[in-house]
Amino acid sequence: MLEKIKSDIEAAVPGCRLEIIPNGSPSGQHSLLVEPTRAMEVAKFLRDNAELRLDYCSNVTGVDWPDTEISEKVKVKTLVDGVEQEIEEVRKRQFPGHLEAVYHLYSMQRKQGPVILRMRTENRTDKIHLPSLTPVWRSAEFQEREIFDLYGIIFDAHPDLRRILMWDEFEDHPMRKDYVEPDDYEYEPTAHEDVLAKAKQHNA
Amino acid sequence: MTRAIIEPIDEELPPSFIDGGDEGELLEIALGPHHPSTHGVFRMDVVLDGERVVKLKPVFGYLHRNHEKIAETASYLSSMPYTDRLDYMCSLSNNWAYALAVEKLAGLQVPERAEYIRVITAELTRLQNHAGTIGFLTQEMGASGTPLMYAFREREKILDLFESLTGSRMMCNYMRFGGCRVELPSGWLEQTKKVVEAFPRFLDEYEQLLTGNEIFMARAQGVGVLKKELAINAGVTGPMLRASGVNYDIRKVDKYGIYERFDFRIPLGEHGDVYDRYMIRMLEMRESLKILNQALRDIPPGPIMDSKAKIRGFRPKPGEAYGRIESPKGELGFYLISDGSPNPYRYRVRPPSLINLTVLEDMCCGYNVADTIVIFGTVDIVLGEVDR
Repeated sequence: MLEKIKSDIEAAVPGCRLEIIPNGSPSGQHSLLVEPTRAMEVAKFLRDNAELRLDYCSNVTGVDWPDTEISEKVKVKTLVDGVEQEIEEVRKRQFPGHLEAVYHLYSMQRKQGPVILRMRTENRTDKIHLPSLTPVWRSAEFQEREIFDLYGIIFDAHPDLRRILMWDEFEDHPMRKDYVEPDDYEYEPTAHEDVLAKAKQHNA
Repeated sequence: MTRAIIEPIDEELPPSFIDGGDEGELLEIALGPHHPSTHGVFRMDVVLDGERVVKLKPVFGYLHRNHEKIAETASYLSSMPYTDRLDYMCSLSNNWAYALAVEKLAGLQVPERAEYIRVITAELTRLQNHAGTIGFLTQEMGASGTPLMYAFREREKILDLFESLTGSRMMCNYMRFGGCRVELPSGWLEQTKKVVEAFPRFLDEYEQLLTGNEIFMARAQGVGVLKKELAINAGVTGPMLRASGVNYDIRKVDKYGIYERFDFRIPLGEHGDVYDRYMIRMLEMRESLKILNQALRDIPPGPIMDSKAKIRGFRPKPGEAYGRIESPKGELGFYLISDGSPNPYRYRVRPPSLINLTVLEDMCCGYNVADTIVIFGTVDIVLGEVDR
């Protein structure tokens, strides 16, 4: 079914790069990776298309995929003392991380779904802009704010992009995988193990 | 029992009472976070023109504890008791939603008897939640104490049932992946039957008190209207959506569990005002009683846990799943990503209370402050779920 939706979108939004992300679990909920620059057109098409009518955006989520390093063992032929030999060498490959926004779409009119959209940022540091889909589905308003708050994705054209759960002065994004808790050590007269460990960390 | 006639809604905004000399001067007020009507720590930043609301921004996060982050550092099962604390009025519904998502993720089957127990407990949860909501609504209209206590008296009977089944009145922690935790205690079904049989009497009494009540109708009818198109676009779910006349109930749409076996109807509203939202909850309780009667009649004997389900060393295959149920407040969903480890890589709660608040400003603008309190009461939120 997702293949058909993909070809429909490609016909309606020409030149849009789409990719089906398979899902290995028994739930079989595969998703569709959308190019962020064309996401607005895709969203409008999905909402207004007579067959799909995905008028209800149920769930909007962020996911953090940090930079990963994968080490592989590769056999390399080299010359050792003039004789060709095969030597195993460990090579490390860097996979750049990204932040992801996931949209679960349903249709209230035609009672179908879910169609899952994904958008990815280019990296996790400076290119973290994604288009906001709040103008298409207002249910994304608070949820995109929440992603901005907890993951730090900046949604362009969001009507009211502020922190929602953390306070305004807070600086970090707590749901990121590499988030470090602030050092909120306080002296305790009746220290037990956890407190002592924290004190040691604080004084180091 | 005749339903009160609802007058057609006047499109014009109600006139404000105070027309002082300072015309056009706006007043900013923070309603909350410790206002008695806010059901917890919740703030509404309101801009008033006289008595009339011009602008309203909900502010929350006072109870934020990053539930999702905590769940990502713990194993799948150890988040189960923590889901009780989301919407503490309906802990059994929360358990079911989480169990359903994990069962989808890991491909577990649920035995027949456990499915029936799940339906019975979830519908009892719906009864006590709706009774409590309507009780609080009367409180917010100024009927101080007594009508709320009528509702709480009935709610208490259901909480007693939960206590004898799960050991706890509110933090039930009862469901497991692939079934339920313990077998029903002896005599529990008979006791439940008694409560279910006695419940319509309370409903009749309560409706006699409220449905045709002149003061109640004056405060509720034509107030806080939510249009159908906006409700759909803003992702409003549950009784609020159906009061606006959209036929969407996940029990009928997804047919999760064994809901397709039961004969019940989905009450729909016409105007989408406070009165309709009250009436939908009343009618939903009667439908819940229908489901309960059928489930209590048909519940078979048998095991209550899937034999393949593992409690220890539970590691689902890498992948993701989104499971959702119709909780008393709306669509409660859990989105899980597994990377093959004992902890979920991503754990997300789709809270109905939070998303239903999206339209609070649209419903309140143009009405008086006192109406705002009543409108807010019919959204039916629990801050444990909004802030997570």
